[in-house]
Amino acid sequence: MALNPDLVGRSYPPSPVYQVGREKVREFARAIGESSPLSSDVDAARAAGYPDLVAPPTFAIIVSFEAGRQAAFDPELGLDYTRVVHGEQSFEYIRPIVAGDELVCTASIHAVREAAGNDILTTRGDISTVSGEPVCTTYSVLVSRRAE
Amino acid sequence: MTPPTLASVSVGDELAPVHIQVTRADLIRYAGASGDFNVIHWNERVATAVGLPNVIAHGMLTMGAASRVATEWIRDPGRVVSYSCRFTRPVVVPDDEAGASIEVTGSVTGIEGDLVTVAMKVVFDGSTVLGKPTIVVRLSA
Repeated sequence: MALNPDLVGRSYPPSPVYQVGREKVREFARAIGESSPLSSDVDAARAAGYPDLVAPPTFAIIVSFEAGRQAAFDPELGLDYTRVVHGEQSFEYIRPIVAGDELVCTASIHAVREAAGNDILTTRGDISTVSGEPVCTTYSVLVSRRAE
Repeated sequence: MTPPTLASVSVGDELAPVHIQVTRADLIRYAGASGDFNVIHWNERVATAVGLPNVIAHGMLTMGAASRVATEWIRDPGRVVSYSCRFTRPVVVPDDEAGASIEVTGSVTGIEGDLVTVAMKVVFDGSTVLGKPTIVVRLSA
């Protein structure tokens, strides 16, 4: 089933506030093997000029993934989520995410297309602080595989 | 070894490769850290029922771990300004001590102003698993 092209450009209400915790940054860094002291040692991060621990570059997925679900599950879109695989991902940082940030993500439908019978959705996530400072833009491509 | 500067970097430079070992325990750890509890990343019964050869790693775990080829080079994950890839093949993680082995290499392919582009290659089981993984970092003069 083709995705509804009328929804391209639709945006969704901002996600609940996500507070970036020091321990979450440490836990995430450890889970991907990031060994930089800037992601684990507050003194090292401050000495490098950051206000607090620096999140690894893919940390933003935690914030954008939840927001993007609003788009993926929009009943007017027609995406079969049970057949979805993650096709592509990108992050564009205005500045790094640091511990203590209070972030919100506004998701929108960036593009829909069909290829080889697969429905392909690109969601965009605009992550900013609660005071409106832009932090990161994410694009996620979700591929709903053609039914056998 | 000091971090690279714009003056010390040239197009064609090869970065130190990164070896990633992913076991089932690593998948559980990443699930908890990221909040992605998709069952195909930890349950063999469900993974094989949906047609996968076995439990597979989160694409975002591979992408995240692969970023170290750049962050270990610049010693500062806060200097990454963009990072993108396609997920082209699954990383199958067997239920044993060794798990899956992934090799990550990177080379400098562009320098524009203070932005340095690194094209990466992420290989598992003889084939690339990420398509066009590209990371751009900001270096000091």
